[in-house]
Amino acid sequence: MVNDLVVEATDLHKEFQRDAFQVIALQDVQLTIQRGEFVAFMGPSGSGKSTLLYLIAAIDRPTRGRVEVLGRDILQLKERAVADWRNENIGFIFQTFNLIPVLTARENVELPLLLTHLSRQERAEHAATALGLVGLSDRMDHYPRQLSGGQEQRVAIARAIVSDPSIILADEPTGDLDAQSAQEILTILSRLNRDHGKTILMVTHDPHAARHASKIRYLEKGQLLPEGSPQPE
Amino acid sequence: MPLPLSYNLKNLTVRKTTTVMTALGIGLTVAVLLGILALVGGLEKSLQATGHPLHLLVMRKNSLSELVSQVTREAVSSIRNKPGIQQLEGEPMVSPEIVTVINLPRHNSPEGANVNIRGLSPMGIRMRSNLKLMEGRWFQPGQREVVVGKSISRRYVNAGVGDRLRFGRGDWSVVGVLDAGSTAFDSEIWVGLNQLATDSNRMEVLSSVLVRASDPVSLQALQNALADDQRLYLEGKREVDYYQEQTASAEPVKFLGIFVAVIMAVGSCFAAMNTMYAAVARRSREIGTLRVLGFSGGSILLAFVIESLLLSLLGGLIGVLLVLPLHGLESGIGNNLTFSETGFDFRLSPAIVALGVGFASIMGLLGGLLPARGAARESILSALREL
Repeated sequence: MVNDLVVEATDLHKEFQRDAFQVIALQDVQLTIQRGEFVAFMGPSGSGKSTLLYLIAAIDRPTRGRVEVLGRDILQLKERAVADWRNENIGFIFQTFNLIPVLTARENVELPLLLTHLSRQERAEHAATALGLVGLSDRMDHYPRQLSGGQEQRVAIARAIVSDPSIILADEPTGDLDAQSAQEILTILSRLNRDHGKTILMVTHDPHAARHASKIRYLEKGQLLPEGSPQPE
Repeated sequence: MPLPLSYNLKNLTVRKTTTVMTALGIGLTVAVLLGILALVGGLEKSLQATGHPLHLLVMRKNSLSELVSQVTREAVSSIRNKPGIQQLEGEPMVSPEIVTVINLPRHNSPEGANVNIRGLSPMGIRMRSNLKLMEGRWFQPGQREVVVGKSISRRYVNAGVGDRLRFGRGDWSVVGVLDAGSTAFDSEIWVGLNQLATDSNRMEVLSSVLVRASDPVSLQALQNALADDQRLYLEGKREVDYYQEQTASAEPVKFLGIFVAVIMAVGSCFAAMNTMYAAVARRSREIGTLRVLGFSGGSILLAFVIESLLLSLLGGLIGVLLVLPLHGLESGIGNNLTFSETGFDFRLSPAIVALGVGFASIMGLLGGLLPARGAARESILSALREL
């Protein structure tokens, strides 16, 4: 079962300086995520949810501690290697979609594939498949400004899954969406987890969104509360 | 792998106004540089193409131009008898000449400009075998007739065939227009030697003597013989070298033009830099996203440098288009050696255009490098958090 461990964080600690103050964002976090889990991280603003996600994606580096993702100590990777690693293994979904406004939906989805050895035609086929999975086959040549918020987030999901990463990290993916669009996004994420075996780590404030996850973990003041803890007041 | 070029192109087209304004700034700088280079190129072409490789221009020692040179008729006789001179129908190819300056009103400048008048014999005309009459006929010896260069004919008042020019002791009939193949002779008025000598009261003292040597070795020998003849106090200069030296008259203009262009280029660099800094600031989150997707800092740097280069190439293109109407335009510049105006055509050669585009690229590269470096070095997290 060792191979089923996709994330293992040990004594993960993150501090940063904000003006004159030293802020502790994460405090000695111990975390393990199994392959195929859909984990929601909840907690108040500033509790360290997003920081944890960024550390797992190697977007940020911890002050101390250790993170192994898919059996790899990502802190040992150099900048170029970590970029390649992230491209191959991590799909990231942002709250604000973060699509490139001058590129069409298809071009946005193709972006991660530019870093692979796929041919132009293969890239186009993969992008079309990913957009089909999120139900946007008819919006491939639309620019982000021509799409609704929900559609933009679906394009972002297509971009996150197009290179077939093992792990999808979603930072408040429904935070900027209306209830109906949010439900569509959560349905897609659940399907990706259930039908395609993607491991999903999702940060959310929304208890309704968190209910789609197979597990909910709470953070408070930078500390990851033990599994099974009730939602803090 | 770099970001696709379409990404850069689309980003430039999205912010049309900024792109056009910056490109226009770069374009104006390139236009100034190209305009100056086209002027200098035209003048150089005009002067460098003048002269025959076997011609020796004999002038008084240390004279910088024919205008200030003095050669006596006695010296001319002595030169005729030197060995190594090519013969034409039994006659030595030697042309004593008088060069003087008059002021003529131009079409766009009533106060006028100085023009060279060259008095020469029929042999002098025959020695310039690469020129032809565009219109009319040659002047008749003993008549107050002139043939004008085509640049004079186009740019000066009353300088067409059938017109009359007033200088010296009276009126002169324009009987022909000379095409000297865009050389310096296109900017001269030619008259009969003796007629001009009489009119300017220079019967004994001429300006120069043009001599054609039999071959390059004879040319060198003639040059040495003249230098060694202390009695004559003359020196022979290769005709092509004489006109080549006159290109120095364009040096101050060239220096000033390049100086202005460089100052403008510094401004344009800052404009490009400002545009690219604004682009980096506006697209900070986009940069962060691209980094999260796996694009390296190097790819981001390259993308912004390419974008800046595209911007500057657009500027270069605008610059070329702005200056293109100048190509072939006739103009003139004061020559500080002959105290007269030398006509020339603005020449925008492919090399000059390439230089302008290269100049624009350098501006783009310098302007884009620092903002691109900033974009590439910004941490992913702080880029993502920028609003």
